Amino acid sequence: MTETSNLWEELIQPGAAWSHVLKRGTAMRLTDLEGAANVGAIFYNFECPVERYNMPDTLKAQHIARLTKGFVLYSDMGRILVSVIADSVGWHDPLAGTSNRQLIERKYDRATYQEVRNAYYKNGRDSFLIELAKWGLGPRDLVANVNFFSRVDVDSDGRMSFVPGNSKPGGYVELRAEMNVLAILHTCQHPLDPNPKYQPKPVHVAIRQVLAPAVDDSCRISRPENGRGFVLTERYFL
Amino acid sequence: MISSAPILAPTTAENANLKTIGNNLVQSELDAAQAIYRHVIPAGEPWIHEIAKGQFFRIVDLQGNQAVDTLFYNSHDYADRYSAQDTIQQQGNIYLTTGTKLISTAGTTLLTIVADTCGRHDTLGGACANESNMVRYAIEKRHMHACRSSFLKALIDWDHGMSKRDIPANINFFMNVPVTADGKLTFEDGISEPGKYVEMRADADVLCLISNCPQLNNPCNAYNPTPVEVIIWAAEP
Repeated sequence: MTETSNLWEELIQPGAAWSHVLKRGTAMRLTDLEGAANVGAIFYNFECPVERYNMPDTLKAQHIARLTKGFVLYSDMGRILVSVIADSVGWHDPLAGTSNRQLIERKYDRATYQEVRNAYYKNGRDSFLIELAKWGLGPRDLVANVNFFSRVDVDSDGRMSFVPGNSKPGGYVELRAEMNVLAILHTCQHPLDPNPKYQPKPVHVAIRQVLAPAVDDSCRISRPENGRGFVLTERYFL
Repeated sequence: MISSAPILAPTTAENANLKTIGNNLVQSELDAAQAIYRHVIPAGEPWIHEIAKGQFFRIVDLQGNQAVDTLFYNSHDYADRYSAQDTIQQQGNIYLTTGTKLISTAGTTLLTIVADTCGRHDTLGGACANESNMVRYAIEKRHMHACRSSFLKALIDWDHGMSKRDIPANINFFMNVPVTADGKLTFEDGISEPGKYVEMRADADVLCLISNCPQLNNPCNAYNPTPVEVIIWAAEP
């Protein structure tokens, strides 16, 4: 295997849902073209989707409440679904979840397809459920998600606050697939985004082939837990 | 039935640590002698039970600093279940305490916490599993009893077709898992003590699934899992 330039790329429109099976040995780069984007994401083992991204296991294995380069996203089976191998943003939110129809209507009112065609207002939960249903998955498979490009701070009393301006135009994050991973994404706004306007942003996605993680890979050596996580993931393919 | 007056700032040295966790401490006036159901869950055992709308449900940390891994489901649709992210997002705070509404994936309120003598409870740390123990501690720890196995055993025995798909991120009653300003998740010493409790009112008919945590690798419970009591009172007439 060698590294390649992009195998293919695509623009994910604002407020859109999107899915793809990331093959082991490829990486997906998400780029925030305009700044202030948000990408809601959940990941599944494509071969056995009952194995899926697990927020608590990801946070407690690495003692983190944010995602950036060097961290990995764990499944509920002790394996690594994707690793964050590049990141110009520095903070991606794994805590705050996604929007639903009630939240979008409360914040932005509503705009239907009949009124505004494809600019109709979408929400994160319905976007996830529609995209999951295309793969035979449903509400029982909807679990805690990541919000790439968004940052939520937590104070000493536990209060959560959205940090505006976290992602600048051109900001990117790159995820290396350590398994064959079903990625379910949407580009709806973050649920705590204080922007009073319905204003989701487009995101560019590019897929390339990458080298297998080396013995000194930054995600593998970032902490002993991740070393064991890579061992368990590699054993799955032996 | 529920006292709305918060417990005043502690005055004795014994519970001075409560000052740091805010004014969420609320006692209940419900009398265990009047309860319709009482059960002690031994350390390492699961418990699954239906709680009807309007009933009051208390979990008592009998010996202190025990983690009570808990999930709730809408009794009429198990796919509609407790959502940690919707719960913390809606209240804008990562800790569960008095006043917290436990929100489902469909956005409905399953239960409301109406009394809490501990002060904060975690919903980010999840449940231990054989597999996560291998990652966190050592690969040879695979055999050790873990919450997710208790959850699965209880769901198999419940015999309603539920499976691992039905185990989302849970609540850890009595656990203290702060997030720092620089985005770290920390497991702090427990703030619970023998006899502390949390009490909820069911706002819907719910199914409750508990794993009384058997974790022996984490200092949060002083490496000593202990029993807890669950108590249910009838709905107010």
